[in-house]
Amino acid sequence: MREALVQASYLLASILFILSLKSLSRADTAARGVDLAVAGMAIAIVGTLMQQTIIDYRWIALGLGVGTVVGIPLGTRVPMTAMPQRIAIALTFGASAATLVGIAEYHDHRETLAVGQRVAVAFEVMLGSLTVAGSFVAAGKLQEVLPSKPLTYRGQNAVNFGLMAVMLVILGAVIAGKGGMPTFYALVALAFIAGISLVLPIGGADMPVVVALLNSYSGLASAATGFALSNNVLLVSGALDGTSGFLLSMLMSKAMNRSFTNVLFGAFGSQTQTAAVGASSDLVATPISAEDAAVQLAYASNVVVVPGYGMAVAQAQHQVRELAELIEKRGGEVRYAIHPVAGRMPGHMNVLLAEANIPYDKLYDMDEINGDLSRADVALIIGANDVVNPAARTDPTSPIYGMPILNVDEAKSVIVLKRGMSVGFAGIDNMLFYQPRTRMLFGDAKASLVKLVTEIKAL
Amino acid sequence: MQAYVFVLAGFVGYLVIARVPPLLHTPLMSATNAISGISLVGSLVAAGAGRSVVSTVLGTVAVTAATINVVGGFIITRRMLGMFKRSDRRPSDAPKV
Repeated sequence: MREALVQASYLLASILFILSLKSLSRADTAARGVDLAVAGMAIAIVGTLMQQTIIDYRWIALGLGVGTVVGIPLGTRVPMTAMPQRIAIALTFGASAATLVGIAEYHDHRETLAVGQRVAVAFEVMLGSLTVAGSFVAAGKLQEVLPSKPLTYRGQNAVNFGLMAVMLVILGAVIAGKGGMPTFYALVALAFIAGISLVLPIGGADMPVVVALLNSYSGLASAATGFALSNNVLLVSGALDGTSGFLLSMLMSKAMNRSFTNVLFGAFGSQTQTAAVGASSDLVATPISAEDAAVQLAYASNVVVVPGYGMAVAQAQHQVRELAELIEKRGGEVRYAIHPVAGRMPGHMNVLLAEANIPYDKLYDMDEINGDLSRADVALIIGANDVVNPAARTDPTSPIYGMPILNVDEAKSVIVLKRGMSVGFAGIDNMLFYQPRTRMLFGDAKASLVKLVTEIKAL
Repeated sequence: MQAYVFVLAGFVGYLVIARVPPLLHTPLMSATNAISGISLVGSLVAAGAGRSVVSTVLGTVAVTAATINVVGGFIITRRMLGMFKRSDRRPSDAPKV
């Protein structure tokens, strides 16, 4: 009877999780979806605590207590600007829970585990440990504690492939039931090293793919836990998490026109590609003063803002809103064009702009707005570079050729807010800056926006 | 049987998640992360079944880590989604392209 209740609670929780994700298909129902998931979680936890196998609640209470005390500030205090590293840290916690449960399971039951369960536990700790280390390094890079530039050395790919090969051999040994605890711990350790070694060479702009991929691994690790413990709610939520991460990483790499393998082993933006810069050094970009740019924006009736990582770094989203409100007050329309890989994680720009109180119905995906950019009087580029580089369409020799971009070069005029003439992440020059219709407003994005706001107010 | 559940859940997940607009991709990651804190149910058993010292210690740490994700993850997802607001104008005034 009690077991039936436990299973019923898991089924109910699974249904609520799926409904919760379904609510995320619309912004106005999304918040309600979170409540459904919270209810599902509470039901599953109560169901688990009813299980007869649990005889001692002291340690559970300790873990729940400490977790809540640490979790609350991580939920309430972390600013939206820190979301990419916050997500990466959450992946570390989630994967470490799966890994530790896997180790405990193997430690206690390795003599009696069936082959299927050994497969599950082995994958659980391998994917889990890899995700713990990989996400931790990713978080370090996103927080810029570690250099966000790709860290590369000669023979890196050979070393990584070697590591993976040895790891897979040990995985096989654990599944075959050979070697006992030392072999098992070796698998955990190697997966940990592989996680570090795989993420270190990946640069900042490739982070959206990596974060999504790690999300997928963490989901698969928890699904593997479900297999090992024959627990259906773990299987379901692991499958949901894994699918979500996988889908997002597919979308992200498609938006960069690159394959997984290329992201993981390509070390984009290394020295080899800078050769392309010299070719266009005789071209001159035309600067514009804040006064002139302000006049142009004030009298425009159709403005499209293109935010990029530069806006996030300068934390200029509130100034963007202020500028947009001024333009709107003068009768102009302001829309935002969001490239799928702008920023450091999927949806990064949307969250920042929403935080600055910009209504979400003014945020347009690349596919929604690309056909309409030729109607824009001014395209205002704020800290975006590679995602607006027309070379992706026109220059087959360019490393970003084939990547879908925002066609801002079709706008009637373009104003680019940029620190200087440095190249973007891909290390290539941007022909957009040399177009006759493009003007460059040099300086820190936030400072430039403040100047624009002051100038428009003075008009 | 378990493979059956896993594949079906993955399939349902694909259908549901493919419909999430790019606008909400960060909340999606944040929400699925919080939901995957359900690994708590495995951790609770490891921590409370009194199987061995190793299991109790690792289980307790796992309970802590998973709880951090559940509590922190749901709060921040909720907070994030609270920021997504429509403009005052009716949607028909700003036709989508």
